[in-house]
Amino acid sequence: MSGRARSLDALDRAILEATQAGLPFVAAPYADVAARVGAPESEVLARLEAMLARGVIRRIGLAPNHYKLGLVCNGMSVWNVDDACVDALGQEIGALDFVTHCYRRPRRLPAWPYNLFAMVHGGTREEVLEKKARIADLLGSACRASDILFSTEILKKTGLRLARRAGAEASCSD
Amino acid sequence: MIDETDRRIVNALQDGFPLLARPFAAKAAELGLEEGDLIARVARLRETGVVTRFGPFLNAENIGGGFCLCAMAVPPEKWEAAVALVNAQREVAHNYRREHELNMWFVLAVEDRAEIEAVARRIEAETGLAVLLFPKEREYFLDMRVPA
Repeated sequence: MSGRARSLDALDRAILEATQAGLPFVAAPYADVAARVGAPESEVLARLEAMLARGVIRRIGLAPNHYKLGLVCNGMSVWNVDDACVDALGQEIGALDFVTHCYRRPRRLPAWPYNLFAMVHGGTREEVLEKKARIADLLGSACRASDILFSTEILKKTGLRLARRAGAEASCSD
Repeated sequence: MIDETDRRIVNALQDGFPLLARPFAAKAAELGLEEGDLIARVARLRETGVVTRFGPFLNAENIGGGFCLCAMAVPPEKWEAAVALVNAQREVAHNYRREHELNMWFVLAVEDRAEIEAVARRIEAETGLAVLLFPKEREYFLDMRVPA
């Protein structure tokens, strides 16, 4: 485990565990969590704030179901971008409002020449392709090749189970 | 199924839910809604599956775990068997069919990132197919926000 993982104490873990199924739909949800973990509400708020600041918690909020919002089309756009400028360009692409994830990953030559991955959602393939064209404009001549892999079937989708030791189930929805 | 107010709520709460004693009241005020109305709407969105999760999102890497995107080129005659074998692995969190020669893309989620290689090798042994690993080298942004 990382140093940050070890830095989670029993109360932090209890709070994460108590909130992993979601916050309760009540006017004072953190008071409800506090009652469940046996700590004052102010302490629960302070712990959550600290875990956000340390990056243990990425954010607090909701995750929508893309399909139910009409975003039924999901394309993984992949790009072979000059290593010298991939980081600067990746930042710009990651900041586009229609890109939900943007990563640099290793190439697997010769089969896979792409080092930049940007996930794009839309209501139709045309819409996703239009968005891909905007990414292409941004990359310009730094991009040597690209492709887009539309998903045609979700074969499995579960909550990401990990950190049994933390007694928590991390959720990442994508 | 969802109205304009629901869409505004989905957008506003993707951006963050405040750490305050009365967080719904604070968000409701921003949205021009009553606290009780906001709570009822978010609860209904969760119930109907428009919202898949509501609460803190953990950063797996910061609690010791790890993720790795993987891909396989599965020939048509092996497809059904490969789906069953890959999906049966506890560590496989998401698995998508995609249009490409590399037609199966899945995410391994492990408690200790050192396990990734071993899980991939196990899948190779079981399926008889090569697993390409695409670990994240750099994340430019990670935010699940989508405009509702």
